Amino acid sequence: MKLKKSTINNLISYGIVIVAFVAVQLLQNAGLVSRSLRGQLVPICVYIVMAVSLNLTVGISGELSLGHAGFMSVGVFSGVVFSQWMTSLIAMRYDAAVAAQQETLILVVSMFVGGLFAGLAGVIIGIPVLRLRGDYLAIVTLAFGEIIRNVINCLYISIDNGRVHIAFDNPNVAGEIIVNGPAGTRGVDRISTFVIGFALVLFTLFVVLNLINSRSGRAIMACRDSRIAAESVGINVTKYRMMAFVTSAFLAGMAGVLYGLNMTSVQSSRFNFDTSILVLVFVVLGGIGNIWGSIIAATLLTVLPEMLREFSDYRMLVYAVVLILVMLVTNSPMMRAFFGRILPHRRGDAGKGGEAA
Amino acid sequence: MTMRRSTTKMVPVPSHSIVPERDVDKMPVLETRHLGIDFGGLKAVEDFNLTIGKTEIAGLIGPNGAGKTTVFNLLTKVYQPTSGTVLINGKDTAGMNTVQANKLGVARTFQNIRLFGNMSVEDNVRIGLHNQVPYGMFSGIFRMPNFWRQEKKQHKRALELLSIFDMQDMASAKAGSLPYGAQRRLEIVRALATNPSLLLLDEPAAGMNPHETEDLMDSIIKIRDQFQIAVMLIEHDMKLVMGICEGICVLNYGRIIAKGTAEEIQQNPTVIEAYLGRRKEDGK
Repeated sequence: MKLKKSTINNLISYGIVIVAFVAVQLLQNAGLVSRSLRGQLVPICVYIVMAVSLNLTVGISGELSLGHAGFMSVGVFSGVVFSQWMTSLIAMRYDAAVAAQQETLILVVSMFVGGLFAGLAGVIIGIPVLRLRGDYLAIVTLAFGEIIRNVINCLYISIDNGRVHIAFDNPNVAGEIIVNGPAGTRGVDRISTFVIGFALVLFTLFVVLNLINSRSGRAIMACRDSRIAAESVGINVTKYRMMAFVTSAFLAGMAGVLYGLNMTSVQSSRFNFDTSILVLVFVVLGGIGNIWGSIIAATLLTVLPEMLREFSDYRMLVYAVVLILVMLVTNSPMMRAFFGRILPHRRGDAGKGGEAA
Repeated sequence: MTMRRSTTKMVPVPSHSIVPERDVDKMPVLETRHLGIDFGGLKAVEDFNLTIGKTEIAGLIGPNGAGKTTVFNLLTKVYQPTSGTVLINGKDTAGMNTVQANKLGVARTFQNIRLFGNMSVEDNVRIGLHNQVPYGMFSGIFRMPNFWRQEKKQHKRALELLSIFDMQDMASAKAGSLPYGAQRRLEIVRALATNPSLLLLDEPAAGMNPHETEDLMDSIIKIRDQFQIAVMLIEHDMKLVMGICEGICVLNYGRIIAKGTAEEIQQNPTVIEAYLGRRKEDGK
């Protein structure tokens, strides 16, 4: 039965992620994880979430979006401001020690707030953008990503006695500055942890996989495969394209909060076109519509540049060569036949209609 | 070979059409008045008046390029007419889109099959059932009790619908991998899943062998009887059209040139001319 099969597949997916998490935790406790890799653990979670959420837009909904970093950036800045504001409120009400104890709670609430802001940005951008198709949509999302970056570049946000001040293009805001225009966030408490990052990965998988295997997800895929046929059976195409786009933005916003609270300072210029393309590379390399591929590609390609550090100057060159080689190898009929032999049950499922695992 | 030559008595109704006698007291499922569309000066369809009874099986025939599929696109609101009106179950569809027309009760199949080829047969039908099993995105993501209830209902209904064509065994097969005839039948099932009152079939027998066409004819009649809906079909297979259509409408160059029962159409000199041309000695 279809329902049971997809449920089992989802459970296997969660299981593999949990096993990977436990393995990393054990290695970490045994002191076998190098310092540079430990620093990469949270970014890996962030990029997995980014890749899986972009795959919802690109693979499942079939819209090529080039502005995904924009939503991440909305999440970073709204989440950081919210977490600092919440911390200062708790510190005012009780004392700083209580705020320090509650940092997991603050992180989780901030992630949802950041997600909501990014989702809101998704709605605002989605209304004009989703009227377009194909290349036009890609170009306009690219432009919106840049607009978000430049707007945040001019924002000055401070907290003064539990009140948030927002100024545009004016650094003279009262109180302690948190977002300092082009210099980005300042003095952020680094409260992101690998455990919460892992929880976010699980949450993202849960949302995306369950969405795909539901009425709404089938409608989204129907709109992707044939707009005319979807409309002829009474599916409101705009609604479902919007649903996928906003869900994707929401998840990217949550990933952004995790990222922002992992660094003392983040500049908005970091979330430029290159970052959007980087996430798109994860999606394309992992296979469009293939959730598992996105996870693996995001993990490997986040770790790879760090591992290539010893090549210093030639790092990006090697990175590019590795990318090209992976694309060639995974597309060659010989390798496909090889994978088909060792993983026979995956032949029918992988990349078809977004079935994961 | 059995020909199901219709014995229905056709009686006149407004807009110069005829419907089966049994439907004459009921609200017609479709009524078009002076329907027309032009594409930059080219009048693809012009002054199209047709009434279809509640349980009628109607045929729309005509030479290639006569505008038959354009009529379907007008009825399903893929195109907005430049003149005239379309009434579905007595409601004016002016300004509506395809989704709204479907909710009013128009479902269709396509001349070039438009299935969701990468999805399973059952999922295709489930997509057709989209508006019949309402639950929101959040019930779906967080697997609320409503999700399980509606999914179960949807699964059951999908298999029921597939059983019309004995396709329930193929439920988990990929739609794109089905043979051509089965894909056409699946498209009919998907359209039926939207609970229509008017089913538009665009060349349902194209690519089918004579045996499959025979079965299709039986199935169309069965569907009409079981669901009590009207069926309108475009078809080039005259055996099918003449065998099951109660009222036939012939289109040429975007205009209706004849309306009537199968016998009337076969005798009609204008129709014969449209299909076969005119003898040289007869002309001029």
